[in-house]
Amino acid sequence: MKVKMLSRNPDNYVRETKLDLQRVPRNYDPTLHPFEVSREYVRALNATKLERVFAKPFLASLDGHRDGVNCLAKHPKSLATVLSGACDGEVRVWNLTKRKCIRTIQAHEGFVRGICTRFCGTSFFTVGDDKTVKQWKMDAPGYGEEEEPLHTILGKTVYTGIDHHWKDPAFATCGQQVDIWDEQRTSPICSMTWGFDSINSVKFNPIETSLLGSCASDRNIVLYDMRQATPLKKVILDMRTNTICWNPMEAFTFTAANEDYNLYTFDMRALDTPVMVHMDHASAVLDVDYSPTGREFVSASFDKSIRIFPVDKSRSREVYHTRRMQHVICVRWTADSKYIMCGSDEMNIRLWKANASEKLGVLASRERAAQEYNQKLKEKFQHHPNIKRIARHRHLPKSLYSQIQEQRIMREARRRKELNRRKHSRPGSVPVVSERKKHVVAVVK
Amino acid sequence: MKAAEQSATRVAEGLLALSQQEELVDLPNHALSASEDEGDSDEERKHQKLLESIGSLDGKKRWKLAERSEACLKVSEFNVSSEGSGEKLLLLDLLEPSKTSSSLAAVKKQLSRVKSKKAVELPLNKEEVERIHREVAFNKTSQTLSKWDPIVVKNRQAEQLVFPLEKEQPDFAPIEHVLSGWKARTPLEQEVFNLLCKNKQPLTDPLLTPMEKASLKAMSLEEAKMRRAELQRARALQSYYEARARREKKIKSKKYHKIVKKGKVKKALKEFEQLQKVNPAAALEELEKIEKARMMERMSLKHQNSGKWAKSKAIMAKYDLEARQAMQEQLAKNKELTQKLQVVSESEEENGAEEGELVPDAVNEIQMCAAGPNPWMLRNCNSDANDEIQKDPEQPPEPVVQEFCEREEDETLGTEEEILLREFEERRSLRKRSELSQNAEPVGSQATKDSSTKEVLAELKALTQKLNQKNCQSQKPKVSSVRTTCQVQKQECALEEEEPLLLQRPERAQTLEDLEELGHEEYSETKEIPGLVLEGNQTERAPNNHTDTPKGKKKKEQMIDLQNLLSTKSPSVKSLAVPTSVEELEDEEEKHQKQIIKEAFAGDNVIRDFLKEKEEAVKASKPKDVDLTLPGWGEWGGIGLKPSAKKRRRFLIKAPEGPPRKDKNLPNVIISEKRNIHAAAHQIKHRPK
Repeated sequence: MKVKMLSRNPDNYVRETKLDLQRVPRNYDPTLHPFEVSREYVRALNATKLERVFAKPFLASLDGHRDGVNCLAKHPKSLATVLSGACDGEVRVWNLTKRKCIRTIQAHEGFVRGICTRFCGTSFFTVGDDKTVKQWKMDAPGYGEEEEPLHTILGKTVYTGIDHHWKDPAFATCGQQVDIWDEQRTSPICSMTWGFDSINSVKFNPIETSLLGSCASDRNIVLYDMRQATPLKKVILDMRTNTICWNPMEAFTFTAANEDYNLYTFDMRALDTPVMVHMDHASAVLDVDYSPTGREFVSASFDKSIRIFPVDKSRSREVYHTRRMQHVICVRWTADSKYIMCGSDEMNIRLWKANASEKLGVLASRERAAQEYNQKLKEKFQHHPNIKRIARHRHLPKSLYSQIQEQRIMREARRRKELNRRKHSRPGSVPVVSERKKHVVAVVK
Repeated sequence: MKAAEQSATRVAEGLLALSQQEELVDLPNHALSASEDEGDSDEERKHQKLLESIGSLDGKKRWKLAERSEACLKVSEFNVSSEGSGEKLLLLDLLEPSKTSSSLAAVKKQLSRVKSKKAVELPLNKEEVERIHREVAFNKTSQTLSKWDPIVVKNRQAEQLVFPLEKEQPDFAPIEHVLSGWKARTPLEQEVFNLLCKNKQPLTDPLLTPMEKASLKAMSLEEAKMRRAELQRARALQSYYEARARREKKIKSKKYHKIVKKGKVKKALKEFEQLQKVNPAAALEELEKIEKARMMERMSLKHQNSGKWAKSKAIMAKYDLEARQAMQEQLAKNKELTQKLQVVSESEEENGAEEGELVPDAVNEIQMCAAGPNPWMLRNCNSDANDEIQKDPEQPPEPVVQEFCEREEDETLGTEEEILLREFEERRSLRKRSELSQNAEPVGSQATKDSSTKEVLAELKALTQKLNQKNCQSQKPKVSSVRTTCQVQKQECALEEEEPLLLQRPERAQTLEDLEELGHEEYSETKEIPGLVLEGNQTERAPNNHTDTPKGKKKKEQMIDLQNLLSTKSPSVKSLAVPTSVEELEDEEEKHQKQIIKEAFAGDNVIRDFLKEKEEAVKASKPKDVDLTLPGWGEWGGIGLKPSAKKRRRFLIKAPEGPPRKDKNLPNVIISEKRNIHAAAHQIKHRPK
């Protein structure tokens, strides 16, 4: 009997030189791999489960403040440095790698309303309830020196917010009006008003640096141009906007955190309809910050949670909460887009991973390859019901959960009522207003 | 100096005129004031008079300039008073001062000029101005912002973005931009530039010179003449046709119109046939048009008995033979118009039949190759056949051949005449199909007797395969359209509110077990739905079943024994083309292989297992009879006693015969039409958006 032996030609698997790529003797013909899909499915399922199992986003809590944290600022040059201002007028500088406070300044009497760093990272500005704007050095004072601001500007009214220009030595404060200051002068170079209500926050556009956006208590968002020293346009929403944040990758897009539990992403050239309404929060949204990639943003809410939204989705992809975390007042996404910091009412600053199940530290190449493969698998099978179900599952505290349910019911009831009204009235008399248009009251030129 | 003086006097005169008017208004007032001042200004007056007398020495009486040299009680609005002039103003003087005096012409002119000039409009209020400023500023900024549009769009559409983004190399600027900033410096360059400029060569645009353009544009005289003639002719023809059409339209004879219409229809049919041969794609379009016309006809009910004329005829039909005939004609016409085109439907049916015949075999092969119970055994058995399919199209694959062979046997049973007839038929059908499938392959019109049936069959097979492919392609869009409509409806439902990305619950899922639980929950949720989905599946499958049934009956006798098919290789696989010696050799080798494999898998008889499994599946899927007999009712019951046959027959409810199984004619396939709930939990219900 003739028995066939395996015989292979070394030319088929031996490299000619060391630099050649390793030849993989694999036939990719799908008919030879009949169980490929099912195997991949199982792998994807496992990867999804593991992702959820390892989803432990909470990294650290920085405690030290003796009152609620009112504002946060990132250092433009150093990833590890964060500044925070508290409701008792204390400003603290933190080192994230050590997770320690490295400097404490009693900056103001009353709240520290706003804090911002200079673009070069050598100094920072604070405004407080004591009607002052103070500029501080980033470096701690030497031994024996006293902690003193570089400059102090005494204003006539309370300043509620501050933001620094991204390139020039100028900054903007808001309060009764929006003031643009030169760093060298003690009086504003120009002040712009439109309306009489107090302005909550002001933000410079990071790309078109002369543009500013501000939001006021009379429910409107006003855009200004610094060069032309004039307001540009105003949009009035249903409820008050707490703050806005410009998209760092798109010059004309900004997102507004509103009191009506929603966030609105606008294209500033067409303010009459927001590009997207982001809804998921169960209470007022207090702060919003974009990821440096411009693809996602994080929002802090009064409902004691923070959520991460993709820019082009109306629902959040992630929700973070802890039992001890109270109303979250401010939130920032770090400049490497990996972490999120949030400051809350109960005096703590918390550090989260932006990607909940990400493994920190250096990855071995095989580890990375496996991760990428799993990522791809998850993406491929994301619509399969089991995988979707697992990937979507999030735990919520009971109170928040019931709040959301309640709101869902209310919304549903409202929708039903409107439907009924439409059904029983003359066709066309009750028009269908899309969710996007519903919340914009008016655009004022 | 003089000019200045003149202008001064002019102004003074103007003022005077004004003061006079003022005087007119204040006349009584003035008299009073004058009497009051009398005492004080006595000397003054004297002095005035003296001046006057001096002034009047030169004979010509002058207008006095009103001057006020000191503070006086009455100060006119215009700073002048007639006091001091010593003259009483009369109304008459005021009425016609301008006519007489020539020196007032300048004033008049001025006045008219002032009148002709429009008053400057009021300045806008502050808010308005600010609004305009804002609008302008906004437009400006939005313009500057729009320069980011391409970048943003690119980033948004990019499949993958790697941060930090790398700066892109700017593209090469167009030549115009480069040239605008560049100047000829060296003498050589300058010379070249001069030459280019002199000859009107394009510097920036590498296209044609103006000369060339002009020459291209120009038309020769002859050409122009020809063109004109053509145009004239076309115009004449058009008018001629128009006139003719008008004339024809006026003809009232119905018969004439009928004939014309018939002629047109005939012509169209002929053209259509021609088109079918020449340009099948266009023919298909034409066909669609015809189909549309048919649909319109069906919708309009034009030739049914619903029209006014038809109704009247229907009333008359009882008594009038002619009317009856007319009605019948009308109905016939309706039928004719609404009838589906016969050609197409026939071919379709045939295609369906072919599918029924051929597709299952193909399925068989694949099943054998990929998902059989024992791939070793099966693949080896079939691999050669498969290879051969790919190698030479002359030799049909094994199962197909078998089938054909059976047919052949049938044929040999019949007389030679039958064979001939069949051949002809096949030829005909072949031709039809070749026409329809746009196959340019020329098929001889005459079927020769000696051409072997095998060849024909092979040809047929190739053709039908092509046809099948085409059918598949043509059928796909229909299905998709149905699906899309479904989706649109679903989307409408979904549009109301976007589904939340997260599934938030108050329970934690921290371990793998919890997560697994999650999956099960999902599965239980889906359980409710299957009924609905199943229905949909059935409805989708229904048409397929129809096509299957007739074929199944035919093939019943030809049912192949699976065991034979798999274990022994039928001799018919040998093609005539392959030399026999090689064949034998291969055969030997194969036998060897098979032997080896058989020895290796001696223990497990996969095929029998499969058959058993299938039998069980068939049995399980059959609807069961319901036996309602109650033993002991109306007769004795107990151990060992069975109810009587009569009773059993009476109370046995026979289950209705279900639809034939889909795998009835597929010996080595089990098709389960039940929705597998276990699998369903892992399957996607809707196409993701």
